[in-house]
Amino acid sequence: MTEVSVAKEDLAAIDELVALKSVNKHFGALHVLQDIDLTIARGEVVVVIGPSGSGKSTLCRTINRLETIDSGTITIDGRALPQEGKELARLRADVGMVFQSFNLFAHKTVLENVMLGQVKVRKADKKQAEEKARALLDRVGVGSQADKYPAQLSGGQQQRVAIARALAMDPKVMLFDEPTSALDPEMINEVLEVMQQLARDGMTMIVVTHEMGFARSAANRVVFMADGRIVEQATPDQFFSNPSSDRAKDFLSKILHH
Amino acid sequence: MPFTYATHPEAREIVFDFLQGYDVLGAFWTTVKLAVFSAVGSLVWGTLLAAMRVSPVPLMRGFGTAYVNIVRNIPLTVIIIFTSLGLADIFGVTLGASDFKVQGFRLAILGLTAYTAAFICEAIRSGINTVPVGQAEAARAIGLNFSQTLRLIVLPQAFRAVIGPLANVLIALTKNTTVAAAISVAEAAALMKTMIENEAQTLAIGAVFAFGFVVLTLPTGLFLGWLAKRLAVKR
Repeated sequence: MTEVSVAKEDLAAIDELVALKSVNKHFGALHVLQDIDLTIARGEVVVVIGPSGSGKSTLCRTINRLETIDSGTITIDGRALPQEGKELARLRADVGMVFQSFNLFAHKTVLENVMLGQVKVRKADKKQAEEKARALLDRVGVGSQADKYPAQLSGGQQQRVAIARALAMDPKVMLFDEPTSALDPEMINEVLEVMQQLARDGMTMIVVTHEMGFARSAANRVVFMADGRIVEQATPDQFFSNPSSDRAKDFLSKILHH
Repeated sequence: MPFTYATHPEAREIVFDFLQGYDVLGAFWTTVKLAVFSAVGSLVWGTLLAAMRVSPVPLMRGFGTAYVNIVRNIPLTVIIIFTSLGLADIFGVTLGASDFKVQGFRLAILGLTAYTAAFICEAIRSGINTVPVGQAEAARAIGLNFSQTLRLIVLPQAFRAVIGPLANVLIALTKNTTVAAAISVAEAAALMKTMIENEAQTLAIGAVFAFGFVVLTLPTGLFLGWLAKRLAVKR
C-alpha cells in the first residue's frame, strides 16, 4: 500500500521530524482516525488529500494537539506531545498552523498579529519583533497593509498574514489546514505561491488541501486518506498518474474529469 | 408682568425650601462613591469569575458556577444586611474601619461588589461565547498559554461585545446602592427617607431624588453606548 521511494524512506529514518504511530481518535461513535502511521522528514512537503469527512483536517489538528487523540503516539522532533500546559504551549510555538478561516486576531492590526507571538511567547524585544514582522509581511506581499485590521483585508491577504504570523515563530514545521478552501477563486493563487516559495525554501510542511495543482508541483509526497485511514501514499507523479488503490482511483476520477 | 423667579426671587426659596438644611449633594456624592468603588470591584471580581467559569480546571469551574448561581439568587437587601449583622457583628469583619459610618460604607461596597460581580460574570461569559472558537485556537497555536489566550485575545473581544449589557448592570448597580441605606450608609435614599419623614412636599422630594439618579445613570448609559459602537470588533 505504501509506495514511497527508497530515498524518501532513508531520509525519514535519518531525520524524522513528525511521527504518528497507531493514532486513533473517535468523535462519539465515529472512528475518525484509525491506526494512523505517518512520518514526515525534516524539509519534506507532505500533502494530505481525500474526500470530505475522511479525517484529514482532524489529522492535521492532532499534530499540535488542538485535537486530542484516544490512543497512539505523536512525536515532534523526537519528543512526545505533552499534556495541556506550559510544555504544550512551548511545543505549539514550534509548530506553525494556518487555518481554513484565517483566524487572525480581529481586534489587533495586521502588524500586531504578527508581533504578538514573538513578544509574548518568544519574549522578543518589541523593536526587533516589529522589524521581523514587517520583513515577513513584505515577504508574503502584504507589507503595505501592516496597520490595517484583518476585516479590512481580502481573504487572500488575510491568509498570507496568517502565514506570516505562523512564520514569525520560526516554526520547525508548518501545518496548513485547507488554507485555500475559504477563498474566492482569484485569491487562491496568491496564497499558493507563498506556500510554494516556502516549500522551495526547505520548510517542512503538512498541507491538507483540495488543490491538486499544488500537490503536483510542490509536494514530495501525497497522502491519500479516506474514512479515517491512510489508504495510499506516493510521490505526486505516481499518485496522480497511477494510483494503486481503487478508492484513490475513484476519488481522482471524480475530481479530475471536469 | 408675568410671574418669574427673577421678578419674585422669594418664590424660589418657597418652592425649594424643603431642601434647606439637608446635604443632598453630599448624599449623592456618597451614592457616587458607592457606585464607582463597587463598579470597579465587581468588574474585577466578575472578570475573574468569568475566567474561572471557562477555565480548564473543574474545581474553578465548579466554584464559579456555584458562586454565580447562589449569589445572584439572593436578594441584595439580604446580602447587605448580612455584611453588617453577619460579617461585622458575628465574625468581626470590619474592613479596617474604626467608626460605624466608615464600616457601613465599606461593608456596603463589599456586598454590592459580591452581588454585582455575579451579573458582570454572566455578561462577560456571554461575551466570551461571541468570540469565534478559531480566535482561541489561533492563539494556542502560536504558543500562548490559557491565561495569555484569555487576557490577550478572548477577553478584549468579549468585553467589546458586551459593553451594552455591562451598561445595564452598572446602571442597576447605581440604583442598587440605595439598599446600603439598610445598614445606615448616608447615601441618597437614606436622606430621602429622612426628608420624607420631616417635610410635607413628599412628591417634590421624590422627584428631586429621581432626577438625581437619572443625572447619574443617563450619561453612563449614553457614554457606554457610544463606546460600544466605537470599539465594536469588525469581523
